[in-house]
Parts: sequence; structure tokens; C-alpha cells
Amino acid sequence: MRGLVTVLLAVITGMFCSFVTYLPFIGDVNSAPNQHVTPVYIERSVQDTGSPNIVTGLLADYRGFDTMWETTVMFLAGLTVVMLLSSSTMGRRPEKEDEDA
Amino acid sequence: MKKPFGGIVLDTAFRIIVPFTLIYGVYVLIFGEAGPGGGFQAGALLSIGVVLSRLIMGDHASFNISVKNSLVLAGVGTFIYAATGWLAMLNGGNFLDYSYLPFKAEHTNELHALGILFIEIGVTICVMMTIINILDAVVERGDENGSAK
Repeated sequence: MRGLVTVLLAVITGMFCSFVTYLPFIGDVNSAPNQHVTPVYIERSVQDTGSPNIVTGLLADYRGFDTMWETTVMFLAGLTVVMLLSSSTMGRRPEKEDEDA
Repeated sequence: MKKPFGGIVLDTAFRIIVPFTLIYGVYVLIFGEAGPGGGFQAGALLSIGVVLSRLIMGDHASFNISVKNSLVLAGVGTFIYAATGWLAMLNGGNFLDYSYLPFKAEHTNELHALGILFIEIGVTICVMMTIINILDAVVERGDENGSAK
């Protein structure tokens, strides 16, 4: 079983390493995203979103739903930290309190 | 956090730095549409202002926000974001489609800019209050352990 898993992992890693070479290079003009999506954003973002900053237009307008859940993740992270750290009963151990009393 | 932070030099320096940090945070929020910046960065800056004033003055800080309030306000910030989406939805558009916001404007891209400002205010409040939350929780935990000993 363990040998099988090892072989499987090796095969997957080999496939990953060999297929990575087929990816388009960074900044390749002929790659798919640079031919369809990017020029549209660059040309239309000012008249679509009214913001001279393309990044803000992308984050807040075209990808607004994504940013909303990003904010929710931030909120949940803060909520989790507060729930874990600031609960007064969870941190102390009852034996220690008995010793103090 | 009971005892004040640092010496007289740090206290005086931070007293001067705090208002500038807060103003710069608001500037980053408003200017985020036109330049580098935005909600997340502005939230971090504003929270640093509050954290610094808490470090200097402890519980007597004028910007002090309790854990409960900051937790509620973090939720309110997230809600402002979603409410902007619902506002557009109630006016007949898609969720977060700012062209349908119920305000008067000559071009739709002005409405879009307004919507971006709304959601960035929401993001700012959420990030700011979350950072204050985490500081509060850690400080409270430290005070508890200190008083137990």
C-alpha cells in the first residue's frame, strides 16, 4: 500500500514537472488570457468603472464578488481569534484555580 | 493593557504620529480609486492609529474601542459591502452591479465609482476593526494571565 502511494506520488510529480513546460511564459502575448481578457480590461476599465486605477476597477468592480468574500474571510478570521483567545473560561485550568483558592 | 508604553520620547513621538497616520489612512481610502491604495491598506493604517494610541494611553485612550464594539463594527463593515450589492439588486440589476445603484448620475461610470467607494469603506471598517479585535483579544489574554499570577 505504501509503495503504491509512493509510486502514485512519483508519477503525479513527474506529470506535473513535464506539463509545466507547456504553460505559456509570463508576458507571452499569444497566451489565452492576454488575448481575450486583459486587453478588454485595459481598454474598457475607465469607461466601465469610472476609476483611473485598473487594479481597483478589477478588484472592486469586475471581481467584486470575490473581494466581498475576501472581506468575509478577514471578518471570520478576527471573529475566530477573539473566540479562541478572549473567552475567560477556556484558558484557565480548574486545578490551578483550586490551588489559588 | 495597564502600564503605559515606552519612555517619554516614544510617547511624545507617537502622539504626533497618530493624527497623521489617521489622516493618511483616510487619504489612502479616498485616493485608492485613482492611485495605489484601497480598502485593505486604509484599514490597516487606521487601525495602526488606534493601536498606537492604545499603546501610549492604555485603557484611557480617546480612540479606545471595546472588543464587543469592534466585533460588531467588523460585521457592519462586511454588511456595508453586501448591502451595496443588495441595493443594486433591489433596483433591478445584478448583485454588485453598480450601474443600478439608486443615485442620480450622468454616466454609469460615476455610479460605478460611487459603488467602489461604498464597498471600500466597508472593507476599511472591516479590516480596521478586525486588527483592533485581534490586538484586544491578545491583550486581554495577557492581562488575564498576568493577574492570575
